[in-house]
Amino acid sequence: MIQLEHVTKTYPKASKPSLDDVSVSIEKGDFVFFIGPSGSGKSTMIKLLLHEVAPTAGKVYVNEKDVTTMRSWKIPSFRRSIGCVFQDFRLLPNRTAYENVAFALEVIGKSKGVARRVVPEVLELVGLGGKEHRYPHELSGGEQQRVAVARAFVNRPLILLADEPTGNLDPDTSIEIMRLLDRINRTGTTVVMVTHDSNIVNQMRRRVVEIESGHIVRDQARGVYG
Amino acid sequence: MRAKYVLSEVLTGLWRNVTMTIAMMITMAVSLTMLGASLLLYMQVDSMKTFFYGKLEVAIFLKTDVTDQQRNALRTDLTGDPLVQNVIYESRDVAWQRFKTQFKDAPDLVNATKPDSLPESFRVKLRNAEQFQSISDKYKGRDGIGEIVDQRKLLERLFGILGSIQHLALIVAIVQGLAALLLVANTIQVAAYSKRREVAVMKLVGASNWFIQAPFVLEAVFAGLVGALIAFAMLVAAKFFLIDGSLKSLANLLTPVPWRNIWLMLPLLAAVGAVVNAITGWITLRFYVRV
Repeated sequence: MIQLEHVTKTYPKASKPSLDDVSVSIEKGDFVFFIGPSGSGKSTMIKLLLHEVAPTAGKVYVNEKDVTTMRSWKIPSFRRSIGCVFQDFRLLPNRTAYENVAFALEVIGKSKGVARRVVPEVLELVGLGGKEHRYPHELSGGEQQRVAVARAFVNRPLILLADEPTGNLDPDTSIEIMRLLDRINRTGTTVVMVTHDSNIVNQMRRRVVEIESGHIVRDQARGVYG
Repeated sequence: MRAKYVLSEVLTGLWRNVTMTIAMMITMAVSLTMLGASLLLYMQVDSMKTFFYGKLEVAIFLKTDVTDQQRNALRTDLTGDPLVQNVIYESRDVAWQRFKTQFKDAPDLVNATKPDSLPESFRVKLRNAEQFQSISDKYKGRDGIGEIVDQRKLLERLFGILGSIQHLALIVAIVQGLAALLLVANTIQVAAYSKRREVAVMKLVGASNWFIQAPFVLEAVFAGLVGALIAFAMLVAAKFFLIDGSLKSLANLLTPVPWRNIWLMLPLLAAVGAVVNAITGWITLRFYVRV
């Protein structure tokens, strides 16, 4: 499903690479944590998978497609098979929960009818039934992140990327979000999550890939943080 | 649905930044008006050239002491000349009559001129008006010939003036056009900034590039079209109030500007405004905003 082969990424002007000769393989339906201290290169991983940045060397395969050689006009349709959640939610403040999710459908050409059918369903799935017409500022942090998850999942992507999705949430809310991601993973969606929340990693007992200054130092099925 | 989405995005985009939109439209309109005026003048000078050059002739004035023999020989030569289309002889009497009617508003001038001070002449119409030099070279210095005058020379000064007005209009059009383009680029940057969150989400969920860019580009195109419409209205007003109005007295000097030419400016200016703005908008997005 996802494969990195000897990937090195050095940002311009950086003295040493963010990722240095990293190889990792993720199967369909996996749930993987990427952990490590700030600046270890975890987030670069997400950017590589989204083709937001290109690797300096090596190959990145996502959904059996070679992302490194992908033509730029193919990137939009490629991204439709990937859902994305961030620490800062990235919701549109002037749109309701419903509209935020529907927006993701409308801008890839789905009709309003499709949105009317699918959006309430997915909002129900993330536990926001009855709050469809609230604006982000009327929702708690956890609820906002649920909207973001709904938006990422509404297209039924093959892969869900989560970049520190619990970074702005309190421990209890974080657990709820993790339950949600777990539910999504059980539908067959591959989940890749970058985090440094040891609590969560220890509770979930899923595959852990630890990165330190650009190198993979541990890759463990059913691992814990420390 | 998508067309409706794009259209509503364009309108809200233009409205959000309405002062900039107006500035963009006005500069665009001024630039296109000048471009239109320049094109009309260009067409005008062209049509005047064909009109006047068709009528113009070369005047070969004869000396007062010309002999009958010289005159007849010259007439035969001119009639047989392949460069010449036709020849009319103008005697002193005819020249005097013409002089009197031409200056009938200035009796003092007529009274001061003696009938026999006007030279007799051959009025020569050339097959090709450009060939004055060869005619002049051929007959100059021949006995009995005083002066050879190309009437075209007299008009060239007028065309020169019209030509400089045309160039001036074109320069104003280019300078204003440049200002308009900078405004378009700036407007799009502002629009892209105010929609940066939407754009980020659209890119994230995989909206196609044209779908992200279309509203911005269409905003610029719309402004260009409105500018072209205003410019067209200005040209129509100029035709009404200037050409058919206060400049009416010059009508027998300047050939009339036909409505056909004015109408032609509408699609032309609209196309220029739309295409130039679209390209500017796209370049701005592609290379400066990186939407």
